Amino acid sequence: MNAPAKLPQLLASPALAVTDLHVTLDNGADIVSGISFELEAGQVLGLVGESGSGKTTLATALLGHVRKGARIAGGAVNIAGHNILGTDEKTLRGLRGKLVAHVAQDPATALNPLHRLGRVLGETLTQHEPSLEAASRRQRIAQVLQDVGLPSDEEFLRRFPHQLSGGQQQRLLLALAFLPRPALIVLDEPTTALDVTTQARILDTIRRLCESYGAAAIYVSHDLAVVYQLANRVIVLYAGRMVESAPVASLFTRPAHPYTKGLLAAIPDIGKASAPRPIPGHAPGPGARSAGCAFAARCEWRAESCGVEPALDEIGAGHRAACGRPEALASGASIRFIDLPPAPPARAPLLEVRNARAWYGERQVLFDAGLSVAPGECLALVGESGSGKTTFARLVAGLGAQGQADIRYGSALLDLQARSRSAEQRREIQYIFQNPYRALNPRQTIRATLRHVLRHVLPGVRDGDQRIAQVLAKVALPSRVLDSYPAELSGGERQRVAIARALLCEPKLLICDEVTSALDVSVQAAIIELLQQLQADGLAILFVTHNLGVVRSMADRVLVLRHGRVVEEGSTDQVLEQPQHPYTRTLVGDSPSIRAFQPY
Amino acid sequence: MSRGFLRQPQARAGLLLSGIALLAALAGPLFAPHGAADFVGAVYGGPAQGAPLGYDYLGRDVLSRLLLGGWSVVWMAFSSAFLALLAGTVLGLVAAYAGGRTDRTLSWSADVLLAFPNLILVLLVVALLGRDPWLIVLTASLAFVPGVLRLVRSLALGVAEQEFVEAAELLGYPRWHVLLREILPNVLTPLLVHFGSMLSWAVTILSGLSFLGYGVAPPAADWGLMINENRAGLQAQPLAVLAPVLMIVLFALGANLLAEAVARSNAGTEQR
Repeated sequence: MNAPAKLPQLLASPALAVTDLHVTLDNGADIVSGISFELEAGQVLGLVGESGSGKTTLATALLGHVRKGARIAGGAVNIAGHNILGTDEKTLRGLRGKLVAHVAQDPATALNPLHRLGRVLGETLTQHEPSLEAASRRQRIAQVLQDVGLPSDEEFLRRFPHQLSGGQQQRLLLALAFLPRPALIVLDEPTTALDVTTQARILDTIRRLCESYGAAAIYVSHDLAVVYQLANRVIVLYAGRMVESAPVASLFTRPAHPYTKGLLAAIPDIGKASAPRPIPGHAPGPGARSAGCAFAARCEWRAESCGVEPALDEIGAGHRAACGRPEALASGASIRFIDLPPAPPARAPLLEVRNARAWYGERQVLFDAGLSVAPGECLALVGESGSGKTTFARLVAGLGAQGQADIRYGSALLDLQARSRSAEQRREIQYIFQNPYRALNPRQTIRATLRHVLRHVLPGVRDGDQRIAQVLAKVALPSRVLDSYPAELSGGERQRVAIARALLCEPKLLICDEVTSALDVSVQAAIIELLQQLQADGLAILFVTHNLGVVRSMADRVLVLRHGRVVEEGSTDQVLEQPQHPYTRTLVGDSPSIRAFQPY
Repeated sequence: MSRGFLRQPQARAGLLLSGIALLAALAGPLFAPHGAADFVGAVYGGPAQGAPLGYDYLGRDVLSRLLLGGWSVVWMAFSSAFLALLAGTVLGLVAAYAGGRTDRTLSWSADVLLAFPNLILVLLVVALLGRDPWLIVLTASLAFVPGVLRLVRSLALGVAEQEFVEAAELLGYPRWHVLLREILPNVLTPLLVHFGSMLSWAVTILSGLSFLGYGVAPPAADWGLMINENRAGLQAQPLAVLAPVLMIVLFALGANLLAEAVARSNAGTEQR
């Protein structure tokens, strides 16, 4: 693709140059500070960090936009020779899309449900290139749809967004972003909501598009395995500062900063059966940062010299890290893996489900599925979106609207509706939802939410506040969250509150529906470790997921669902290493893995 | 309500306008120089010393009647809007949560009531049963209930499908807890907006009722009644009509602006 003639600077200057960017809250606390980097056309930069690290703030600041209550306090953002921050909002609106495009995390809310696809694409193109004739406009749209792997016929263009699958919606957003041929594309975790097979295809598409359109891309993610597959360079953010910046190969083979090493050790990977290791503590929020190195509080190499803020020094070819302790940078021994405890011996099942069937309207989505979970066992329920795994889990939990099944729990038969079960059964079977944003009442403080559990589920309890403090410590939340409303917490924190709510009930069976998919790897590792501890104490876990890396690190047995039918079942090692069913083989093959780069 | 509420021009204008009308209605009786039925000047007499708004068609002081005549409109408007809010919310929550036949029956009844224009419904009842103020309040609130019911029902249906309500169901919370503690707080903001709108409709209906002669009985003072009594002398003594008109407009407009400001200040703070 040729660069548009209007932007001759494109050839002379990098596609993106960020110099000393600062974003602060209105009260002066900084969210990101001192960010400087450059990015060439056609390159993909991975922006990695935990929630609250400022990665999304930084990504949107590149579009000249900050959320309410924050402002860009200094620095410069140059995209293809245009100074974005020095441009007024009106001019900027015209330039966005042409210079820089944004692909949002959730495709479902990014598309207007009332507009047909043809209209959405046509309007986007007309907006940026009004002089284009109808024929060439159609051609451009057909071309970009083909490039992202979508059909471009009339029938498809007449569809509405809800008639597409999640993967197709995300492809459409990519088509919309690439349509005006921008110099820079900012992708904010665009594959978080997708299953692995779809994710692998989308990542492949993104890389091809960047090469063929000559666009630079910023890929924001907390998933290092995905970044490893996609990016040329990686920047690791911690507490709003760059702690490491390196070419992807160099970062994954020779991680220098202790935080990066910790992040890598925290990834559950399909290639290793050892437990991922969490980073203790949590990242400081804006305004809560101490002077000096922000990571010092969680760092095993902490020393007095960490009281001075370290500079981002060159430590190798294109490899920079901000750490004041050279011996920490040089050490490779910081990552150790803990071996998994042996699988518990087979016991009488705690939960046994047979002949589970469910319907969604007229359509049957679950066909005679069955499963059993022993006490203290972790069973992973694996499948793509639409495989019926969530429906199955909800049926067991007592949320099934239209379904039937024989569920035996302990020695009793379980009713299909939670309300008809005994209080004891309801207390012992706890469910954790996929979406932490909707799982907590937005109008109640966390304290109120947790106290309601105590009042209604464990009415006789006297030491309620003490128990609440204990479960909060268990899920690694500070006690200050008690007086917060859910909107003030990050997604990871909300999910931990949801888990705390379940633990408060002292359950025997925990049903987890994709609970780690919204979490950062370091938090994810902590949650997995926590769930393993609980499992060791005798808690049985039914773990619904599409992330085989997570399955590998925590499940004893795996059940693979496809189109509502169980296609494979067996021990985790057996299913992941010698998958029998062709579908399982595809799933295993599509899972992103950084095993090749684990030097241990 | 969020902190940015008072920063909005609508909020400040609404507070100012409805504040003037409310002050006149609530504190007015303390300052009225004459009684509502005292004949103190010339018929349709213009503004004079001690009577800045002049005299009405019977020679009574317009200012005094204006200050005395707001109370009835205001208390009746607030009571009818509040009663409708209470009844409509309870019925709407029940309809949304129970579903099935209960929902169909309630929604169907609401639709039938909605088919009657508010003012016609109130006129019908008043013409049949008399003009007792409480009867008028009850009838006006009855006319408002279907609107509240349908609003609460649709909002609650949206909230009820969220996972935190499912979580409450799974934990076996009592049904009243699910309705009042989990669902209700999440529908309150739009309800508050609707309450403001109902206030201004109530003022319009009640004043209209008085104007038509079905409201407060003369010689008591009432803004709607004053407009009707004095409209014959509109050219000779326009103030006797314009002053109560202005008060009704201030109150209705102010309530509406406040409702809009509530809606705006909460638009950004709702959960995703």
